[in-house]
Amino acid sequence: MEANDKTVLICRGTGCESAKSPAIQTELMSGLQGSDVEVKFTGCHGMCQQGPIVIVEPQGTFYANVKLKDVEPIVGSLKNGGGPVEKLFYKDPATKEGLSTYHDIPFYSRQKRLVLQNCGRIDPEDIDDYLAEGGYEGLKKAIFDMTPDAVVQAVLDSGLRGRGGGGFPTGRKWKFTQDAPSDTKYVLCNADEGDPGAFMDRSVLEGDPHAVLEGMAIAGFAIGAQKGYIYCRAEYPLAIKRLQIAIEQARERGYLGKGIMDGDFDFDIDIFHGAGAFVCGEETALITSIEGNRGMPRSRPPYPAVKGLYDKPTLLNNVKTYANVRLIINNGADWFASIGTEKSKGTAVFALTGKIANSGLVEVPMGITLREIIFDIGGGMLDPNKNFKAVQTGGPSGGCLPESFLDTPVDYDSLIEAGSMMGSGGMVVMDEDTCMVDVARYFLDFTEKESCGKCVPCRLGTKQMLDILEDIVEGRGKPGDIELLEDLAVGIKAGSLCGLGQTAPNPVLTTLRYFRDEYEAHINHHACPAKQCKELITYHILDTCVGCGLCRRNCSTNAIIGEQKELHYIDQSLCHKCGVCFEVCPPKVFSVEIRTGEVKLVES
Amino acid sequence: MEEALSEIFLQFEGKREEIIPILQRVQENYTYLPEDSMRQIARFTKVPESDIYGVATFYAQFRFTPTGRNHICVCRGTACHVRGAPAILEEVAANVGLEDEGTTEDLEYTLETVACIGCCALAPAITYNEEVHGNLTKNKVRKLIKAEAGKNGSE
Repeated sequence: MEANDKTVLICRGTGCESAKSPAIQTELMSGLQGSDVEVKFTGCHGMCQQGPIVIVEPQGTFYANVKLKDVEPIVGSLKNGGGPVEKLFYKDPATKEGLSTYHDIPFYSRQKRLVLQNCGRIDPEDIDDYLAEGGYEGLKKAIFDMTPDAVVQAVLDSGLRGRGGGGFPTGRKWKFTQDAPSDTKYVLCNADEGDPGAFMDRSVLEGDPHAVLEGMAIAGFAIGAQKGYIYCRAEYPLAIKRLQIAIEQARERGYLGKGIMDGDFDFDIDIFHGAGAFVCGEETALITSIEGNRGMPRSRPPYPAVKGLYDKPTLLNNVKTYANVRLIINNGADWFASIGTEKSKGTAVFALTGKIANSGLVEVPMGITLREIIFDIGGGMLDPNKNFKAVQTGGPSGGCLPESFLDTPVDYDSLIEAGSMMGSGGMVVMDEDTCMVDVARYFLDFTEKESCGKCVPCRLGTKQMLDILEDIVEGRGKPGDIELLEDLAVGIKAGSLCGLGQTAPNPVLTTLRYFRDEYEAHINHHACPAKQCKELITYHILDTCVGCGLCRRNCSTNAIIGEQKELHYIDQSLCHKCGVCFEVCPPKVFSVEIRTGEVKLVES
Repeated sequence: MEEALSEIFLQFEGKREEIIPILQRVQENYTYLPEDSMRQIARFTKVPESDIYGVATFYAQFRFTPTGRNHICVCRGTACHVRGAPAILEEVAANVGLEDEGTTEDLEYTLETVACIGCCALAPAITYNEEVHGNLTKNKVRKLIKAEAGKNGSE
């Protein structure tokens, strides 16, 4: 098989699978049967916006948005040795020029893919693919050429920090767990990626599951553990399936289980299916959950490194942290430390989403600016006519940064200084149509629902904050609300045991810091500058209306009145503000307008 | 009920730490957690029934009422939210005859929201009987539900 001169790779990450990539793979396989072209499927290739993605190696020909009907020309070009199918090329949004290979696409050429190096290149369900890329070499080197102390030292020297968001130095965690005296220790992998708008861990698990297993096994060797668990959310069925396959294959080949690679190190891994509680991403809650309880955090110390799962010393790291480990062992701590900034080493993986042209999974060296990620790699705004407003990182614990912070370098400390945080890697871009008060309300709604209820300030405080925010977006905001929000935020931060509560007010605090005028507009002028808050807007038909009747026919409350070919108008007393008229009005006519603020006066 | 439960219990030892996997298997089998199964799980694990309820009610995954024949999940992740998920949720609810999340009386539809499906590039997205549909608009939602209802009818 290796002698094949061409390989077709079809992405089957969750994004591309939902866009029917399995069917495309089947078609490609049947079309290319008997030829010397190999068809393989891979995990996420990253550019989910353009999915399903098909790549032809070794040239790196990149086909975007491939549909079933496109299979035939692709097969034709491969079989007859003709040129690539140009109409399927990715088009540069600026120049409209088709780019033939992914090496030419800025989305890829500006990235540095280390953790994701295998994602989108190897078949995640075939251990031989992983082995061909140097898989399990790191584990071999650790077990046979290094002492546990040397492994821990290498992780320490590399400067690797936790990729779950907090950024605690990984090596120190390993050292603490190694130093804790016990015969039984555990290695846990936190794959409970609950942040809305984040899918980095899922993509790594789906695209390169063995890298995570290898990292965990190396950790097990270093700290003296025999058993590992991966705590994965049940909402990720594909990731769980691929992990299961990977674990079985690794056991068969002797990379997991008793006497790994015929040495005397035993280590095995099981998967624990999380049951849908965001708070279980917190380490002590995760541990309590595996033990079969309500997943509520407990106070620390004792830290899990001393007293964790079943009261034994336990090492817990994020998926991407483990995926970095083999790279450090293989290439050395100095190599790893040479990438990134002084205090944040290596790369950062982001799920780039929201109002951005190229949604997808990106990996960049630490220290790159937000502007480079959003505009160079991400291709700027989804709708080029809209202005950038904010970028949200760190999920419900993070914050929204405005345009003036676009040149902030992406590393743990700079983002915290700016009021946000690195987080696990969600990066949501917002444009002028996004209401920042509503975003704050959205995150508080999330944390209020996910608060486990143990600490009163978190349980009740988030509820109070949410109530106030709901009042504001629904036009019932009062003077003093902003100050009350700030007061509550301080109390919740100080009075909560775990990270969920301690960081829950962050989305409100950063939006207040950078977008205070929007809050004030809502409260003082009953206006939503982004024209998103339903209670504060009204829809109107302008006199450019041609009377096509599209809006009238689509209106579910019959609020639109007008004869065919005549000017229509909206009966505001019947309008439910669903916005369907705005959506269906032909772009050429564009006669539906949304008004906010003093509009009410005009109407009356 | 008994048989299916015993079958599930056979795969476990009845230890405390098995409660969540057991609940997951039972729900997989019945689509929800029937009252009687909770009692049986309590007996099997020798953990008070109140504790079993405590665990089951803590996690979003578990439910105590049967689901409808069609299961629709609207993603309320951040990316979906900024690209219009609230309007999508409203549209789905209106089209299946619900006010909000829940199950229709005729058990035809269950509508739920999830924190994130993880296909943010396709935002706003929903899953209809586990199949992901992305880049939705209100119009597309309406057509999708109509088309799916047509499919069921003709079967």
